[in-house]
Parts: sequence; C-alpha cells; structure tokens
Amino acid sequence: MNPKWIGHGWGVLAWFSGLVFFAPVAWMFLTSLHSESDAATNPPSLMAPLTLDGYAEFFDAGAWPPLINSFSASIGSTIIVLLLAIPAAYALSIKPVEKWTDVLFFFLSTKMMPVVAALLPIYLIAQFSGMLDNISFLTLLYCSMNLPIAVWLMRSFLAEVPKEILEAASIDGAGLVTTLRRVVAPIAMPGIAATALICFIFSWNELLFARVLTGVVAGTAPVYLTGFVTSQGLFLAKVCAAAVVVSLPVLIAGFAAQDKLVQGLSLGAVK
Amino acid sequence: MAVMTRERPAVDRPPPVPRRGYSKWTRRAPLLPALIFLIIVTQLPFVATLVISFMKWNSLDPANRGFAGFDNYVNVFTDPDLRSSVVNTIVLTASVVLISLVLGLGLALLLDKKFRGRGFVRTMLIAPFLVVPVAAALIWKHVLYNPEYGLFNGILNWLGFDAQPDWISTMPMSAVVLSLVWQWTPFMMLILLAGLQSKPMEPVEAATIDGASGFQIFRYLTFPHLRQYLELGGLLGSIYIVQNFDAVFTITSGGLGTANLPYMIYQTFYQAHEYGEASAAGVIVVAGSIIIATFALRTVSSLFKEEKR
Repeated sequence: MNPKWIGHGWGVLAWFSGLVFFAPVAWMFLTSLHSESDAATNPPSLMAPLTLDGYAEFFDAGAWPPLINSFSASIGSTIIVLLLAIPAAYALSIKPVEKWTDVLFFFLSTKMMPVVAALLPIYLIAQFSGMLDNISFLTLLYCSMNLPIAVWLMRSFLAEVPKEILEAASIDGAGLVTTLRRVVAPIAMPGIAATALICFIFSWNELLFARVLTGVVAGTAPVYLTGFVTSQGLFLAKVCAAAVVVSLPVLIAGFAAQDKLVQGLSLGAVK
Repeated sequence: MAVMTRERPAVDRPPPVPRRGYSKWTRRAPLLPALIFLIIVTQLPFVATLVISFMKWNSLDPANRGFAGFDNYVNVFTDPDLRSSVVNTIVLTASVVLISLVLGLGLALLLDKKFRGRGFVRTMLIAPFLVVPVAAALIWKHVLYNPEYGLFNGILNWLGFDAQPDWISTMPMSAVVLSLVWQWTPFMMLILLAGLQSKPMEPVEAATIDGASGFQIFRYLTFPHLRQYLELGGLLGSIYIVQNFDAVFTITSGGLGTANLPYMIYQTFYQAHEYGEASAAGVIVVAGSIIIATFALRTVSSLFKEEKR
C-alpha cells in the first residue's frame, strides 16, 4: 500500500475518535439550546429551533448563589495556596533546605491519602466549631487538598530558573527582593498561572466535601447540580444548560492551561 | 537487537548543600507555613479517624458511646454490603484504569502522527476531561442513557433497531465504568502523549535505517520508553478513581450493586450515622491506598531522579 494513504488513514481514524469523544459534549451544548419538548424526543431532533429558555430557567431557579459560592471557594483557596506554595517551593528548589527531597515526598504522600477517610473527623470539627455550611471552612479544606499539587508544580517550575543567572544576579549585588522581582518572577510567571488554573479546576470540581459540609447557604455549584440526580419529566434542556454553565469556567481554565495540564496532573513529574 | 536496547545511567547529582554562614532556619522559614498547615489539616484528621474507628459511636444514640475494640473492623469485614463495596471499588478502579489506559495509548499514538487539524482533534479529545465530574455524570445518566429519550436509544432508533434497552438498570456497573472511561481516557492520553513526544528520535532513525518494521520499533523502542509513563498514568488514575464518588452517587445513587467504598463510607456516616464503622472503613481505605501509593511514589521518584540528571 502507498505509505501516503496509510498516513491519511491514521488521520481519518484520529479525527473519528476525536469526534466520538467530543460528541457527548457537543450534544450537551446542542440540547441546552433546545426547548424542553425538542430535547426529549426519540429519535433525537437535531435541527430543532434554538432557544435560550433552558439557561433562563436555570438562572431563574436560584443558580447564582451556588455559582458565587463556588467562585469564592475556588478563587479564595487558589490565592491562599499560592501564597503558601510559592515560598515553600522556593525553599525546595532555589535555596533548598537539607533533605528537601524527603519534604517534597511528604507533600506528595498526603495527596495519596483518600479524602473519604478524613471526612468524618472534619465533619465533626466543623460541627463543634459551628463552621458547618460555611464557605470559609470549605475554602480552607480546598487549600489543603491543593497545596501538595501546588508545591510540586511550583517546585518544578522554579527548578527551571538557571543557577547561573541567580549567581550572576548575586555577584552584581542584587538583593533578595530584586532577584525575586527581576529574575525569578519573569521566568516563573507562566508556571504560577498554570498552577493557579489547575488548583482552581480541582476546587471547582470537588463534590464530596461540599456535599457533606454545606447546605442551603454555602452550597457550591456541584452540590446544586446534585439536585438534578433524581429529576423526572421534562428537564433535559435545563440540566444541559446547568452542566454547560457549571463546566464553562473549567473548560476555559483547562484550555488556557492546556500546555501545562499534563505537568499539573502528574504533579510535575511529566513535562 | 542488542543495538537497540538503551542503557539509562542512573546518575543522581547530590542536592546542593546549604552554604555555611547561611542560617538553616532562614532557609527553612519559607517552607514552614505550608508544612505546618498541611500537617494540621491532613494528618490530624487521620489520627482522629483511627481513634474513632475503635469506638462505639452512633450519633443518633450519643449516650451509648464507648470503646469498641476491633468490633467495627469485624463488622466492616462481615457486613456483606461493605464487603461487596470493597469488591466494587476494585472492579471499578481496575476496569476504568485499564480501559482508559489502552484507549489513551491508542489515541496518543494517533496524535503523535502528523495530520491535518491535529491541534483541533487534541482539543476535542481533552474536552471530556474538562466537564465538571458531576455534570458529566448527569449528562450520561439523563441525556445519554435514559431509556425513553436518551441519545443512545435515539441512535439505535435512527439506525432502525427495535431494541431500546434501559442501560443503567440492565448494566449498572458498566454504565458507571463507561462514563468514567470517557472522562479519564483524555488524562491517560495526555500523559502518554507527553511520553511519546519526549522520546529520543536518534534510535528510531537508526532502527529505520537498519530496516526495523513499525511494529519492531514500537515493541523495542517506543514501548520500553513509554513504560514508566504507562505506570505513572495507571497509578495516578488509580489514586483518583479509587476515591471516585461523583459518578456512583449521580448515575446509580449507589444502588444496583455499584456502591464503592467512598460511597459506602459516605452513606454509613451521613445517613446511618454509624461513626465508628465509617471510620473503620476509612482506615481500611487508607491501608489500601498506602499500598498503591508506595508504588506510585516509587514511580514518581524514578522519573524525578531522571529529571535531576
């Protein structure tokens, strides 16, 4: 066979697989733009007229407070995590403490422990301290969930700062602040941005803790979505609209961090 | 064949030793806030779980609280529901990880080739991983699997089949597995693609010149290089999927014999209020994770040493 044709064949297969994997996402978008009666037909109606009713209904049904809760928990925890992780990563890469690999692996090992095992004591702590259904408590938990990831990622980014440049800066008499601002920050900035986006995604997606620790006041967007689990009747357009709106921040953050996504998910082990 | 096997010298450069005159504590200071925070928030709850697991404690019956010895553990191991949840966890994790690794490998090999619109196909393939897990599970449950107006039966109808199966009640575990495979295949693909793209090209070129076939190149060059990435993907995937709660909670609500350990623990403590038993089950999950984690840490650490070279 002609090698050129084999090459085309692989391309076609790749396109086909891409479309198969993307189909549920595309179908979710399309259904979210249909009316409820067009969304629930069999066989499916592809060419039905488009409408924003599903979205309107979703937002009218009180979707804003959970979305705002999710944003404050995700953004709040991401900021705290960066404030803790960047100095820690500095002490594990640029000016390393003794036994820095052990410390690094301690951070990683906490991430390997299943959160369910800590669920009950954390619930009890929240109950005794009156922090149930409080978004600040959830924010703190998300910090602990993301801190190991952030430390590992930031370390792998800071380790890319060449030693020679740091030495040159100190020979030229640059102080700590100048070195950080003029030398380290410009090189580490894309890494900080990617770390922030990945921490944001993990906090935004979290369900188990949010479900157990929050209620009416501090419920996050994923908790709000669980309201659809046992829904009956005509609600497909609405549930698709809800899924689209809740997933949109993650889709945006994920595609923005696309190049660093692997590095983030493998905790910096894979470049 | 001996020409093609590569030796990887495991040279490990010793970490830079702190210079004299620079106080140890000045170096440690930036690390401490993160370290202390993490110890408090992650280690103490586990100690508490361990303690509660030896207690008789049902929150609906607070007067009857006390030391229980190994009773909770005995209950966990003899309770058929909890035992089946252990089996479910293993089945769920192993099938999702293996299937998505195989599919992810296939997709990574496809994406490693040059073709028109490669970036776009890559973007389409990543999308499932970027749908919020609960949202994805809801879409699978209501929009794809629904027996009356779901897309799957709609497609069967289109293609002229009469069968309109009720996917979730006839194959509940497979339904959960399939939705998770859809979400996790992109993850495996990304890790394996990174592995493929970091593969040194010289040995492949040399092998091609020596007349090696495509399969030989894959078997003797690509696969050995990919092995550690396969291990890493498998282990990270296991760590995340062992803990899966969203899909089981949403698609089957733990019914139809799909309840895994996280769901079971959630139910034991949140609905049955059996704090002691929930903790004992938690300790068992931790013990299981330590086994996986030991291997995972070893793999990460070998990649880590290689990076430091």
